[in-house]
Amino acid sequence: MTATTNRPTTTPTRVGTVDGAATTIRPKKPILAATGGPAHRPSAAAHLTDADVERLGRELDALRDRIISTRGAKDAAYIRRVIRIQRTLEVVGRATLLLSKKKSAFVAGTAMLSVAKILENMEIGHNVLHGQWDWMRDPDIHSTTWEWDFVTPAAAWKHTHNDLHHTWTNVLGKDKDVGYSTLRMAEDQPWRPFNILNPAINLILAPFFEWGIAIYDLELEAVKDGEKSKDDLKRDLKAVGRKVVRQFTKDYAATPLAAMPFGSGKQALIGTFTANAIRNVWAHSVIFCGHFPDGVDTFTEEEIEGETRGDWYIRQMLGSANISGSKLMHIMTGNLSHQIEHHCFPDLPSNRYAEVAVEMREICQRYGLPYTTGPMPKQVYQAWAKVFRLALPNRPRPLPKNAAHAVNAPVPPRRSALPMVASVG
Amino acid sequence: MVQIRALRRVASILTTPRTPEDFLGLVNPLVSSRQLRGVVTKVVRETPDSTTIHFRPGRGWNQHAAGQWARIGVEIDGVRQWRSYSLSAAVGHDPAVTVTAIGFVSTALARDTKVGDVLFLDTPQGDFVLPEHPRPLLMLTAGSGLTPVMSMIRTLVPRRPDADVVLIHSARTRGDALFHDELLELADQFPGLQVRHWFTREEGGRRLDLSGVADLETLCPDWRERAAYACGPTDFLDAATELWQREGADGAVGDAPALTIERFAPVLLDGVGGEGGLVTFEKSDKEVEVGGDVPLLDAGEDCGVVMPSGCRMGICRSCLTPLVAGKVRDLRTGEVHGDEGELIQTCVNAAAGPVHLDI
Repeated sequence: MTATTNRPTTTPTRVGTVDGAATTIRPKKPILAATGGPAHRPSAAAHLTDADVERLGRELDALRDRIISTRGAKDAAYIRRVIRIQRTLEVVGRATLLLSKKKSAFVAGTAMLSVAKILENMEIGHNVLHGQWDWMRDPDIHSTTWEWDFVTPAAAWKHTHNDLHHTWTNVLGKDKDVGYSTLRMAEDQPWRPFNILNPAINLILAPFFEWGIAIYDLELEAVKDGEKSKDDLKRDLKAVGRKVVRQFTKDYAATPLAAMPFGSGKQALIGTFTANAIRNVWAHSVIFCGHFPDGVDTFTEEEIEGETRGDWYIRQMLGSANISGSKLMHIMTGNLSHQIEHHCFPDLPSNRYAEVAVEMREICQRYGLPYTTGPMPKQVYQAWAKVFRLALPNRPRPLPKNAAHAVNAPVPPRRSALPMVASVG
Repeated sequence: MVQIRALRRVASILTTPRTPEDFLGLVNPLVSSRQLRGVVTKVVRETPDSTTIHFRPGRGWNQHAAGQWARIGVEIDGVRQWRSYSLSAAVGHDPAVTVTAIGFVSTALARDTKVGDVLFLDTPQGDFVLPEHPRPLLMLTAGSGLTPVMSMIRTLVPRRPDADVVLIHSARTRGDALFHDELLELADQFPGLQVRHWFTREEGGRRLDLSGVADLETLCPDWRERAAYACGPTDFLDAATELWQREGADGAVGDAPALTIERFAPVLLDGVGGEGGLVTFEKSDKEVEVGGDVPLLDAGEDCGVVMPSGCRMGICRSCLTPLVAGKVRDLRTGEVHGDEGELIQTCVNAAAGPVHLDI
């Protein structure tokens, strides 16, 4: 047990040592410094002084407080409306699949179930599990009670996602979020021969994304490194096993079985499988748009040593990319299209990110920080281009003509030659 | 019943990870697998400040005994707030609470509740109930303390010809007195009930004095022969308790205690804010005295409690732990908060006085 104290604005009062016993040894949490900053700021923020960063931190804290103080009945009504729509689509979609012998019923049922599953995972599940709606104190919509329609159990995901990924966003060697382990997703990751399979792995990962996440949540690497005990792994395996049985029974046994009397058993099975696959491909695309398009930085452990609150915010901004689009698009991505805002404020209600984004853009512009965004096809293309590019060892890249300062840019290099970093404002 | 349960089991195979109730809730707002609910059927304004809310509870509600209370949850600005209210309806009728607009939750309930609203409920509780065997009774109430007693009177008086109840009720003015007309009608109709109102303003501002026996002797000369029930503000109840102890009337009348009281004050622990306090981890059965700047998470871990934890910086909410009692200070803002049942982020909150956590 590591007894470190990590309070954003205070220096630690005491830093414990790791117990000798074979209890869980987890990576130590970054301790946010009260003042100062890391020895080297990421290149995109290198022009900011400690005082600038502190001011930026205070501005973002104030922005967060403003949203929190105005959360209310309208927001509660929003999430309930989304849940009501999702459940209606789920019931009607599944019921329609019972008659999927007819082609129109098959298409309509599969489409409705796909949309229901996407909403359930993205706008509802992901965000509820982040605790975005905990403030309502409704036990039916709460991070401690919620379970989602996804093979990985909510509890396991909350640990690897909320705790590890959100704390160590894009820190190589620490953030083991998709990519950065089986996939090579950053130039700074050393190339190994099996990385040649990058595109193949990603292609298989997309339609089976929930399985990828479930395996990732088992933290096999941590077990190998002795950071996670075998008993913990066994417990997690059991939990996944139970969840898998329930998920399988629902989609691949009970639903087809119920459709059999209508002669639609086989079509219903294809329908539920397709709906899961569509949801998986969609979720995979959205997640890859979050941290892998060009213009997104990765960080080294040295770069986060001495991080202040403001530096932590800057890392979240530089390490995330948004997706531009319509209101419907934002809802279907679970508002992860506002990835930058989400990473800075993971527990604000998702329906408020759009208004946070307006101020966030303005703040980025004022401090001269990049704000990466683009339409979904472009962002998906860039993430995939990276998957292909990094399958091969790094090649020297021509420096952008108009960016003389980039000559001295420390790692990781920003590829601002490509039109990825949207100009702000 | 068995068939319904079997049907539910089958349905849950198709609804997992949700429950069948989550989907039934689309058409019937009272259905929930996690939270008892009720729908408001009638709203009656009793006095300028108080309102009676009648509701029809969903499945899982137990009929209340006269005098019991229930926790009622209501959403205010999107946040679920819980308070306890005495049930004022007679046994056998749809439950009702009479809410006086004091404090922000009661004020919102009393002013904004409409027919058709959904209330969140907990089953009725409390030992402030009628004695098992008939005996002469004295009810001593002040202000909204009348509500549980009203349920007793409504239950007992019309149904038992042998009832013998004296009610002494104190209110500021005639207009403020709850159930004023109904009580007078009941007293008119049934010889078993005698009502003595005490209106402080009409008495020239003099409050019903329980520091001595004089007022009591005037209003109910045979008070010593009656099993007494008192409900009202803290000082009113303290005075009554003291009086009964001093006057030696605290022995039992038959098998009922001479004075039974019901307090409305919330469960608060004494303690000084900002100084930390004694933290009790109830399920783990551990206690630790901590300073006001130590996160509850660290305090728990230091004494060996298995605390859920995550980012330890107030972001991930992996550490949420229900608060049973007490107040905590948010180390990020210095804000002191804490409602019963609130989920606390233990990594960024410290004790502000004694704290009880449900872990």
